[in-house]
Amino acid sequence: MHIVIKLFGVPLSCPITNSMNIWFSCFLFIIVTPAHIVRLYDRFEALDKEKTGHLRPQDFGAINRLAMNPIGDRIIGAFFSPGQETVDFHSFVRILAHFRPADKKHPKDPSMPEPVNSRTSKLKFAFQLYDQDKDGKISRAELLQVLRSMLEMQVTEEQLESIADRTIQEADLDNDDAISFEEFRKSLEKVNIDHKMSIRFLR
Amino acid sequence: MSLSFLERGLLLLVMLIFLEGTVLTLGAASSPDISAQDNTGGGHDRRDDHRGIAGSHEQTNYTYTKKAFPVLSLDYHHIQVPFEISLWVLLASLMKLGFHLIPRLSGIVPESCLLIVVGLLVGGLIKLAGEEVPPVLDSNLFFLCLLPPIILDAGYFLPIRPFMENIGTILMFAVVGTLWNAFFVGGLLYAVCQIEGTYLSQVELLPCLLFGSIISAVDPVAVLAVFEEIHINELLHILVFGESLLNDAVTVVLYHLFEEYSGAGEVTPMDVVLGVICFLIVSLGGIAVGAIYGILAAFTSRFTSHTRVIEPLFVFVYSYMAYLSAEMFHLSGIMALIACGAVMRPYVEANISHKSHTTVKYFLKMWSSVSETLIFIFLGVATVAGPHAWNWTFVSVTVILCLVSRVIGVVGLTFIINKFRIVKLTTKDQFIVAYGGLRGAIAFSLGYLLNKDHFPMRTMFLTAIITEIFFTVFVQGMTIKPLVDLLAVKKKQEAKRSINEEIHTQFLDHLLTGIEDICGHYGHHHWKDKLNRFNKKYIKKCLIAGERYKEPQLIAFYHKMEFKQAIELVESGGGVKLPSAMPSQVSMQNIQPKKLPPAVAERALPQFTKGREEEIRKILRSNLQKTRQRLRSYNRHTLVADPFEDGWNDFLLKKQRMIELEKKMSNYLTVPAAPPDSPTMCRARLASDPNAFYNIKASSEGVPTIQVDLASPQSPDSVNMLNEFSKRGAKDQGLGQREVATRDEDQGLMMKPSSAGKEEKGEEEGGNKNPGLMRCLSDPGPSNEDEEDEPFLP
Repeated sequence: MHIVIKLFGVPLSCPITNSMNIWFSCFLFIIVTPAHIVRLYDRFEALDKEKTGHLRPQDFGAINRLAMNPIGDRIIGAFFSPGQETVDFHSFVRILAHFRPADKKHPKDPSMPEPVNSRTSKLKFAFQLYDQDKDGKISRAELLQVLRSMLEMQVTEEQLESIADRTIQEADLDNDDAISFEEFRKSLEKVNIDHKMSIRFLR
Repeated sequence: MSLSFLERGLLLLVMLIFLEGTVLTLGAASSPDISAQDNTGGGHDRRDDHRGIAGSHEQTNYTYTKKAFPVLSLDYHHIQVPFEISLWVLLASLMKLGFHLIPRLSGIVPESCLLIVVGLLVGGLIKLAGEEVPPVLDSNLFFLCLLPPIILDAGYFLPIRPFMENIGTILMFAVVGTLWNAFFVGGLLYAVCQIEGTYLSQVELLPCLLFGSIISAVDPVAVLAVFEEIHINELLHILVFGESLLNDAVTVVLYHLFEEYSGAGEVTPMDVVLGVICFLIVSLGGIAVGAIYGILAAFTSRFTSHTRVIEPLFVFVYSYMAYLSAEMFHLSGIMALIACGAVMRPYVEANISHKSHTTVKYFLKMWSSVSETLIFIFLGVATVAGPHAWNWTFVSVTVILCLVSRVIGVVGLTFIINKFRIVKLTTKDQFIVAYGGLRGAIAFSLGYLLNKDHFPMRTMFLTAIITEIFFTVFVQGMTIKPLVDLLAVKKKQEAKRSINEEIHTQFLDHLLTGIEDICGHYGHHHWKDKLNRFNKKYIKKCLIAGERYKEPQLIAFYHKMEFKQAIELVESGGGVKLPSAMPSQVSMQNIQPKKLPPAVAERALPQFTKGREEEIRKILRSNLQKTRQRLRSYNRHTLVADPFEDGWNDFLLKKQRMIELEKKMSNYLTVPAAPPDSPTMCRARLASDPNAFYNIKASSEGVPTIQVDLASPQSPDSVNMLNEFSKRGAKDQGLGQREVATRDEDQGLMMKPSSAGKEEKGEEEGGNKNPGLMRCLSDPGPSNEDEEDEPFLP
């Protein structure tokens, strides 16, 4: 089934497999601009080898470069909400919308919900990648896991431990031996997250 | 110090007048380049005898009269040229000293202005003394001697990350902006010249365009001098500075193009096409030449582990040769120098010793500082020297047009650039970029190079250039600081990176690369990641000596931080006591030992049991008794080992291991106890007994390169301690260590082994295996540069 949308006079044809997606797709235009949706949809289709309209972890795993990425499996995991086996196009775009460059022109409207590509949301997304057990804190063990995967077996266990200890000691302000979201945010206040966590083509 | 500035200044001036007067009246005033004028009328017989010159009348003098043997004679000409050069350098340095002793003045007026004024004064004095002012800002001298140190300093310490992130913007400003400026100023100037009544109608279009191209280039020396003092945020700094570096290629091409064809009087479209090709060759060729020399330098530094003394020399010589090679082909020397410095830096820094690194850093800073000072002084002197041809219309139109074209150019370009940037440039940023476009000595030297015959209006050009330089340096240079404060432009962030930032930034890099891969988008992060992998896989293996190429970025950063803190700890507090039976209850929030009140320190002092104390005393006694004196023969080519420093290294290592031990046992850091002696006493004790402490033991194979973990404990006693308190029950580790300990006991408990060869090997191995350790320890002097901390390709 195809839906033809006329945007600025240009007909845009998006194949939609599920009737629910029609409704969601309209919502998508708020998050990402139309041209990019088409591109992302093409990509979605390219990844979805069996044309089911949903992506499974194996489809992500087929991307070779992602396999080389030390935190590749975490990223893949972030696309799937807890309990879900598949991800549809809407969720796919929604996750990717986190990486849209922040729009500074529109003034912040306190009544509207926090936009998905604001600084806080971006940081929250990154935080969730660290915090695998979703308890709201990055514990020492979780930090160690991340360090181990990033440093790729080139260092000893003691070094990793001392780095982890040092990291927590630096960031931990309430002495609970773990990094909460607020502490995480505070330690990154000097880094330009808007710049760092933005992909230009998703503008 | 009791003299006020006025008195000091007067004294200095009097001294200088005296020196200059005697210097210049003793012989003809010659320019400081090596063109010593032959002075046959000198009349010093001794000199003539010395050189064996057989002048006819001298010959007769020699045969007929026997003079008394000259016990003391004055021969100024022998040393004239080097003496004058040294005098200028001394003057420059003394001036620099003087300015910083008056805090108020250096806060209001930027250094560059003051130096130009000094140059004016000196030039004025020389003129007053009746002598001809030497043409000091000779183009050869400038381009071959004065400019390279400044550019090399800039290129070697260029912050690569912000530079690469903004490279598009920088290139736009450098290339398109300079072209726009050149043509706008040149064209409008020509139009003005054609107006009746200005008596300038003989100035043709092409010379005007040439003039426009000379004057439109933003000068790196002036920008550096002024921006260094206003501490503006990194983005703006790198934008203006990067632009000033990269516009050299454009300037070179335009200059040569217009100079060539000014004679012919016209430029055909073919020439324009050739010009464009020339531009590509000049810029890319310059970068290529620089990169080749940079790789050569990196490769050479791989083998310098035995001749550490000459390591810094390679950095300087290769860079200078890159510059000269590029200049030989009329490529862009500045870009070659930048490319050479930037390419060689990560590899050279991984290979050379810490002392060499410090040497390179301080030499570069010193030379660039002196060069900069000299350039500004010479500008002042050259202004006095003239010749000048003042033309109100031309000069004022030039100044106004330069400002106008710069503003229009920046605003227009930013409008286009902002469409492609994630972090947009605000109006404030645009203002600073426009206002920060200072002209400097490069413009003057290029003007000076012009041939008098081809360009009869050369003097008028020079006058206009000097006026423009003065205007930008004085007016814009002085007012930019208050304007920055007024507009509340973001300033440079002084704080260093924390380890949190480092880890999270790397994490985010990986995340973004992953997301880009999912999107199928070959963006910024994709290429950076690819470059990093390529670098790690192939390049590092070739260019970095030993095993260091495997060291991950994060570990290097972490070690650097830890050692800096260890040094701070030691300098402030003294020693960490040996661990006790019970874990310490005090945890440390931030390691700020200087601020800890002594009461807290006292409370946290671990108490020893009596038996423990006995053991410790026994260990110390037995080790101290085995002190060996080593006599090293003096050799000019080896770096003399500083016994104080060696002991210091070992002491710090011991401390580091103790800290690790503490961490393992209690998960808290103990508060360092206030020592009974002052730190100086501790050091004195160390200095007297350099061999009393423990050497790094070469670890067994199978353990990766950098080892900061608990390597060999010093005796069976400490092994017991380890086993007792180790929470993780690393039994095998304890065993291994005990083995090591027994092995060492045979050798006499960790003392420096008997044979010199073995010791050297042990040291060398230790040196190779823990270069990070060695390197970070030698220079405890604080350096506020945070370029070092920034990773190359994070």
